[in-house]
Amino acid sequence: MTSGDWDGVRLHVVTGKGGTGKTTVAAALAMALATDGKRVLLVEVEGRQGISGVFDVPRLGDDEVQVATGPGGGQVVGLAVDPKAALLEYLQMFYKLGMAGGMLERFGVIDFATTVAPGLRDVLLIGKVYEAVRRRPSRRGTRSDKLYDAVVLDAPPTGRVGQFLGVNHAMSGLAKMGPVKNQADSITAMLQSSQTVVHLVTLLEEMPVQETVEAAAELRGLSLPLGAVIVNQEVTPPVGERTLELLAADDFDTEPLATDLTSLGLRVGPRMVRGLTQTGVDLTQRLALQDRERAALAELDLPTYHLPLVPGGMDGGGLLELTATLTKQLTEGAGV
Amino acid sequence: MTTQPPLLDIDELLHDRSVSTIVCCGSGGVGKTTTAAAIAIRAAEQGRTVAVLTIDPAKRLAQALGLAHLDNEPAPVEAIDDSAGGSLDAMMLDMKRTFDELVLRHSAPDKAQQILENPFYQAVSSSFAGTQEYMAMERLGQLHAEQAGDDARWDLIVVDTPPSRSALDFLDAPKRLGSFLDGKFIRLLMSPAKAGGRAYLKVMSVGVNTMTAVMSKVLGGQLLRDAQTFVAALDSMFGGFRERADQTYALLSDAATAFVVVATPERDALREASFFAGRLASERMPLAGLVVNRVEHTHVPSLREGRAEAAADEADELDTRAGSGWQPADTAALLRLHSERAAQAGRQEAAIGRFTAAHPTIPQVVVAASAQDVNDVEQLRDIGAQLAD
Repeated sequence: MTSGDWDGVRLHVVTGKGGTGKTTVAAALAMALATDGKRVLLVEVEGRQGISGVFDVPRLGDDEVQVATGPGGGQVVGLAVDPKAALLEYLQMFYKLGMAGGMLERFGVIDFATTVAPGLRDVLLIGKVYEAVRRRPSRRGTRSDKLYDAVVLDAPPTGRVGQFLGVNHAMSGLAKMGPVKNQADSITAMLQSSQTVVHLVTLLEEMPVQETVEAAAELRGLSLPLGAVIVNQEVTPPVGERTLELLAADDFDTEPLATDLTSLGLRVGPRMVRGLTQTGVDLTQRLALQDRERAALAELDLPTYHLPLVPGGMDGGGLLELTATLTKQLTEGAGV
Repeated sequence: MTTQPPLLDIDELLHDRSVSTIVCCGSGGVGKTTTAAAIAIRAAEQGRTVAVLTIDPAKRLAQALGLAHLDNEPAPVEAIDDSAGGSLDAMMLDMKRTFDELVLRHSAPDKAQQILENPFYQAVSSSFAGTQEYMAMERLGQLHAEQAGDDARWDLIVVDTPPSRSALDFLDAPKRLGSFLDGKFIRLLMSPAKAGGRAYLKVMSVGVNTMTAVMSKVLGGQLLRDAQTFVAALDSMFGGFRERADQTYALLSDAATAFVVVATPERDALREASFFAGRLASERMPLAGLVVNRVEHTHVPSLREGRAEAAADEADELDTRAGSGWQPADTAALLRLHSERAAQAGRQEAAIGRFTAAHPTIPQVVVAASAQDVNDVEQLRDIGAQLAD
């Protein structure tokens, strides 16, 4: 990675309100980080198969599989963590359960543990991420094809992310001691360290910005290091300020506009002139609204990145376009 | 060729006094709450006595309805026009409190306290996936119970549904909680408490003991004990839970209920709406129609995207005027802006067309995108008017 902002960061957590495109942004970030031969693991934890959708690859399971090649030959590897599989793996790793593991599954214990105790479920899900982040070449039994330069976590949406990342807090009511509690403590230590940053994805709309501001406060309260605000689906209008100011004037004269339209061979009537003028006025309103949201975001005092609206969606190179934009901004440093 | 779907007219629904519940559903972020509020206001101003249950309204929308904070209790909305004799009460779902009340109602006082203090209960009541959906159903059941009888408080209840990823979560929540409580392990955790003489338990007991030992080791004894207490307590109320959930489910398939599916004119939201419509049909639940929210339109429909783009390029070649006033470059910019809007409108139309092709008989109505966020009663009235267009 080229940005100095995130030197030493190994885990990028990406959250945002539902509908802001956080999975797409997480994918673009993973791609941008996978430059120059770097290996990046992209993890999802909500069973949505979002990675499979964005990269247009078959459904992901418990295995880490390559989903894309980053610019300059890096690799993006995808993983969909399933809480049940994570619990069994965890039990196997720490307790060498053997047959008992299968029995737990048969009796529905795994179902129970992963549904009724939400804190436990989250410990398991992040536990898997924690394990991937901590892999080092020096550790015995670590295969080199499972080592990563960075891990990007497509986390639950802003409404739940504090609860999800605050595993320690959630678990304290349930398990006051014992191995699960210890695991939660280690995870929290990693999340609060300089190895981790949490990025907030938003649109320039009221609800997403409101949730972003609330989430930032909550995450700060949990001592989790915030990374960047990523404004997604930003539109750069083809109309400049000058034009809009002329349109907004009380004494705006439509005559020159009508003349231009006539000389372009269009069938000009009052409806067309009024309609085009109104289109400009609408834009002014929309921009004013966006400015209000931008100001609210600026108060967060976080580095801010901007991704354009890709009209065709992620099909047809949309992801590559976002990756290129993000890479460029990472190189040049964040704007505001 | 495009087929024209039938038009959804919300007034027809509101004039039909036999319809006493309207459920607004759809995937997250499509404007369900706004739509529910707009329908409720329109109904009240046409003379119906209405209660609207919102789940998680945006701050400004809540303020518009006079909801200052999370409150399970209906509060009258003062800003509406009551000249037709109607009224509107609004409330926000308080998930935890609804659950607490459910516990209090279905268990003995001493036991209730035990449940409320149990850490598992506290975790489940505030964060179990599906609790919000389940509690929305429960609250709807409660409101409906208050609605019955001669001195009914309301003759119409409008409900918003939780902002889940999938619109189907709302329908599935009671079943999920039910199947969870019916789970094998729950039964097993209960088993020491119940008379252990059952034959199957004897056979299983070796396994049970091993398992309990493992659980103890992994989770710690305290956690296991809490879980057992919680499950034992829940079990005593379970009959009541299930009965209630079944009643609410039955209520939803009643002819007195109408579902309004809300979507934005995008592929994903409409695909979700399409799934939901199919699901309602297979459950024989009454679907009134589809509201497509935030639809872009252009002010000059006759000027096509491509023509506007070409004209803009030509405008760049026109001679500039003297002075600092309007220039051909400004005209070009406006034409490009129009072209973008037209392209956007075209994409949305195509997405809606796919829904129509799959569901040609489901009535639709379109609500125009507004340049501003909805945050007062006047704007909600305007949306209501569009729903009856």
